[in-house]
Amino acid sequence: MTNPTASAVNAGAERIEQAINSAPGKAALMPYVMGGYPDHDTSIAIMQACVESGADVIEFGIPYSDPLADGPLIQAAGTVALQNGATFDSCLEICRTVSARVPVVVMTYANIVQARGAEAFCARLVEAGAAGAIVPDLPPEESGELLEHADAAGLALVPLIAPTTPEERLALVGGRARGFLYTVSTTGVTGERKGAAGYVDVIERARRATSVPVALGFGISSGEQAAAAADAGADGVIVGSRLVRAAGEPDGAAATRAVMEDLARGLDR
Amino acid sequence: MTRSTEAKLPERYGPYGGRYVPETLIPALDELEQAWIEAWGDSAFRAELDQLLADYCGRPTPLYLAQRISEEVGHEVWLKREDLMHTGSHKLNNALGQALLAKRMGKTRMIAETGAGSHGVASATACALFGLQCIVYMGSEDMRRQAPNVERMRMLGTEVRPVEDGTRTLKEAVSAAIRDWVTNVGDTHYILGSAVGPAPYPAIVRDLQRRIGDESRVQILEKAGRLPDRALACIGGGSNAIGMFAGFVDDPQVALVGVEAGGDGIDTPRHGAPLTVGGRPGILHGSLSAIMQDDEGQILEAHSISAGLDYPGTGPEHAWLRDSGRAQYVAVTDEQAVAAFKKVARLEGIVPALETAHAFAYVFDGPKDTSTLDVVCLSGRGDKDLAEVLARD
Repeated sequence: MTNPTASAVNAGAERIEQAINSAPGKAALMPYVMGGYPDHDTSIAIMQACVESGADVIEFGIPYSDPLADGPLIQAAGTVALQNGATFDSCLEICRTVSARVPVVVMTYANIVQARGAEAFCARLVEAGAAGAIVPDLPPEESGELLEHADAAGLALVPLIAPTTPEERLALVGGRARGFLYTVSTTGVTGERKGAAGYVDVIERARRATSVPVALGFGISSGEQAAAAADAGADGVIVGSRLVRAAGEPDGAAATRAVMEDLARGLDR
Repeated sequence: MTRSTEAKLPERYGPYGGRYVPETLIPALDELEQAWIEAWGDSAFRAELDQLLADYCGRPTPLYLAQRISEEVGHEVWLKREDLMHTGSHKLNNALGQALLAKRMGKTRMIAETGAGSHGVASATACALFGLQCIVYMGSEDMRRQAPNVERMRMLGTEVRPVEDGTRTLKEAVSAAIRDWVTNVGDTHYILGSAVGPAPYPAIVRDLQRRIGDESRVQILEKAGRLPDRALACIGGGSNAIGMFAGFVDDPQVALVGVEAGGDGIDTPRHGAPLTVGGRPGILHGSLSAIMQDDEGQILEAHSISAGLDYPGTGPEHAWLRDSGRAQYVAVTDEQAVAAFKKVARLEGIVPALETAHAFAYVFDGPKDTSTLDVVCLSGRGDKDLAEVLARD
């Protein structure tokens, strides 16, 4: 296995970094969309709504039956998407509808990668125009093969750093970051939370770990929290559960726009 | 601390195993691994566990020659009586050891998953003994099927949290427990009940359950003067099986047989037999192993009449024991298991757990000419299953 370093860059990583660094306002706005939720066509409309509302990077979930890093809301949305017929291929079709305009980072789980093999997985994402991938149950120790293929394919593999990540692992995790370092704001699974406690500490640690942009996620659901994340030094702000909740409303695209507007205001955009 | 310079437990069994979990848990798994290596190498810890297993749990459990079953099948069948251990199943071997470890680590809050309720009861028992808070995640369908065990856990002071996701059985209970652990990892130890999960869990569970096989080996040599031709155990996640197999794995003349849940039949989608069916390995609950999945990589729902075997995955070491040819895995149907459950009750005056009844079904219905002496792990008692079995009549 090679020993990847922060100096390795690829086309997808460059595209994501540029999008984050050139974002207007206080920080890049990075919405999460669950592929195929609540159904295929609405999911496409929600992707469009995100683009039109100024998304700098879209985190795009391919649903998995047993998502261990996700809280009840995203987990339930993934279940609905799968029940409504979402597949890997149908989700990549949704990805393709916006991936030329905004960098899309696909988030899914290790068995979805495993089922296709790392090389084929990366090739399929690149074909669909994706710029990156996040696999939260592939810590550095297990992601060597995927990182090699992602780098070769020009796909940014984005690792996660957690509040529990000890000092001696910071360089290991941060050195493997491509595009951005996904910084988990709090010890836990995804889900809406109140307050913005501890953002400064986790962002400072992430900054020391890597040279790529630092994006904060998990628990950010309001413009106020987005502002707090930016003020704490985040280059990008990832909002998941709040937007997935909006996607499930009767007019998911309109509800998505409303939440995006609140977040954009919080980021002075 | 850097892990490279320290003693380590196995993380891989051939290609299987690993740590496919969110970054948040990796430091906790490192801490657990080091704590286990230190505790297991500490004679005071071992002595405390040994004494509790003897005086509190009733170990060693007997090895019993089941005369009437032996007559029925035409060869000697010896039963390792884990049903006679405190709480009525082998699960306490592991739960007690992990709770003792967690206490040593200074953790105050314990969580566990349970399918049939046996591991939940064992965890609740160990936590009551050590004065630790205990929360057990259990699928609501399993709470219905195993109501007496829910009542036992509550009597022991444990909070049973119903899990309503998916098929509301063991897979979802494990996922819920892992999510809790991700959220509360600072003060919480996850007492994982089977030989599954991210490293170091499969190794810890085997270390704690190997008492079954180690005792059996000594006892059968003492009582029968020879090793068995076969050692058999039922297998869901595989903790009683890995415990039994560990005692005989270095004796090549002893065949190791794991009996999975065939459900409606392994030619249908309704079963819990990933090792028997084979297919592409996959990642579930933190490790790469034999699992039930579709072409997309989505985990399939298992089915078994036995809540403890109703699981689409299995321990990574079992997948490797299969691939390496050291152990053999077979499946019997719900119907065969129920018939064996009743037969063992009538022949021996022992009501086995429905899980264990799978191993008996293979002894009754499988090939008879390959063994002259079997040792079967009687992994637990079947009181909890009476309502489920009677409801099928």
